[in-house]
Amino acid sequence: MSLETAARRPVTLPDAAAPPRPAGRRGSRWRKPLLYALMVVLAVPFVFPTWWMITSSLLPENEVLSYPPKLLPLHPQWSNYKTAFAHYPLAHQYLNSLYIALLVTAGTMLVASLSGYAFARIPFPGNKVLFPLILSGLLIPTEVTVIPLFKMVDRLGLTNTHWPLIVIPILGAPSVLGTFVMRQFFLAIPDELEDAGRMDGLGRFGLYFRVALPLARPALASVAIFTFLNSWNMYLEPLVYETDKSNYTLPVALTQYTDAYGSHLWNIQLAASVTTVVPVLLVFVAAQRHFVEGLAQTGLKG
Amino acid sequence: MTTTHKTTREPAGTAGPPTGPGRFWTLRRQDAASGWLFVLPQALGFLAFVLYPLIAVVYYSFHTSNVLSGVTKYAGTKNYSQLVHDPATPSVARATVLFCIGLVVINIALAMLLAVLLNQRLRGTTVFRTLFFSPVVVSLVAWTITWNFLLQNNGGINSILHVVGIDGPNWLRGDNSALVSVVIVQVFKNVGLNMVLFLAALQGVPRSLLEAAEIDGAGAWRRFRSVVLPMISPTTLLTTIVTISGSLQVFAQIQILTEGGPNNRTNVLVYFFYQQAFDNHDFGYGSAVAVVLFAIILVLTLIQWRLRKKWVFYES
Repeated sequence: MSLETAARRPVTLPDAAAPPRPAGRRGSRWRKPLLYALMVVLAVPFVFPTWWMITSSLLPENEVLSYPPKLLPLHPQWSNYKTAFAHYPLAHQYLNSLYIALLVTAGTMLVASLSGYAFARIPFPGNKVLFPLILSGLLIPTEVTVIPLFKMVDRLGLTNTHWPLIVIPILGAPSVLGTFVMRQFFLAIPDELEDAGRMDGLGRFGLYFRVALPLARPALASVAIFTFLNSWNMYLEPLVYETDKSNYTLPVALTQYTDAYGSHLWNIQLAASVTTVVPVLLVFVAAQRHFVEGLAQTGLKG
Repeated sequence: MTTTHKTTREPAGTAGPPTGPGRFWTLRRQDAASGWLFVLPQALGFLAFVLYPLIAVVYYSFHTSNVLSGVTKYAGTKNYSQLVHDPATPSVARATVLFCIGLVVINIALAMLLAVLLNQRLRGTTVFRTLFFSPVVVSLVAWTITWNFLLQNNGGINSILHVVGIDGPNWLRGDNSALVSVVIVQVFKNVGLNMVLFLAALQGVPRSLLEAAEIDGAGAWRRFRSVVLPMISPTTLLTTIVTISGSLQVFAQIQILTEGGPNNRTNVLVYFFYQQAFDNHDFGYGSAVAVVLFAIILVLTLIQWRLRKKWVFYES
């Protein structure tokens, strides 16, 4: 299947400590400074928006769009954050996002590791047919299936609840990527390890739970990272399924910071945005390698 | 689950689940039972949340449904002919194609450039890799809101341009600048993913090949074009296809930045879908648009299969 090739191979990153390549013969004196200068210039559009998001979230409302632009808030107005939480149900929405993302992550890890294990290591009839079929779920954009899913959720009387945001990602198309990653990992486990487990009297579930799963921590970490981020960032689904603001998750909640006439309250909106971005960024910087390698496998999501 | 497996481990004759004559739980049956039990949640979820909705959306696309009365009526190809004759369709097609081309070209070129830079093994490249990758983990909506703020007529970008004496356009309201803006916002958000894939591919180019080319007198550009580029072609193909199908799914960005405007210039297919299905509550028409979106993705996937055989230089 096409999805199993090229970038689907595990992405490993160069070691920072790799020996530097001997300088080229031509222009060796200028090569390094030029490369650094180029990288610094290129880094600006990547870093600058996040930086500006943070600084502008600390400005008074009449200064956010002032000229000349304020790149540093000299008198940070921390009360913007208080306003974001006090005048809007942000704390509630924060909890919604957090508990939904945690449940979806745990559920996906379980479902994906179970079926990934079976597809990799149990020769059951139908294995070879079912796997590509389920994998095809990866190709289907959320938008294509959202009308029937909405109707289904509506018929069950579950709109404006969190059920569709939790159950559909765990069992539906989004978890398929996790199954794929887990299967790839389980395929690489040497048979001898399972044979040893069998000698110790382990059944299938024991082999999965006691032998395979503990070895699969790196793959589980990847699955956890991209599943959590996907749930934390989902936008279309809460927009479609939820009607009450107190049921919103963060991405939709962030778009609600307008005054009675619909114009943006930029500083408050940016303060709320910062609260959703900074924790993730901090974890990313701390566990960078896991993030990069884990997310690189999700390439399919574009 | 566990009990079924333990049965065969127990010596025959001990009390417990089936150990009938001829041993019902042969290894094959055990595998069949445990395999299906393991995949059951995923398989049922696939039926209910992927396969059923996929069939249903095709069914709905041949019906009209009245949201108020809840009545659904067969309508033949009415929804599809409505799409063909919709005055917005040419604009939507144009926006979708231009967005896709712009995104793919800029994204792939920039991802390759960044990967080559990071592959120079300079001190401190890990820091730059982190910086280039960081927007990938920033929430899409927060990232888009920030760019929305920066691209306002009196926003940060134009203020900076003003300082250096350039009078910037009203980015998100201009007929052409709006599409350019949306592409740029999306490129910087996700180019880090492709960059990492290219970086991994570059690491896989054998040093000996490059050295041989250098001995033959090939300059840096020649080495890149004639050695590196063919060697990383599988990654180029994959990232291109992935980026194309990703470009067909930009919804939040469009909704937050332009709402499809001005004059439908940024009204890409997924946004048009949302407008019809959930702003106008026309599920029949919306389903037809969704089916078209799915057909496009399907065709792209088939092309990917074909191309892989012809175009890709080598595949391990």
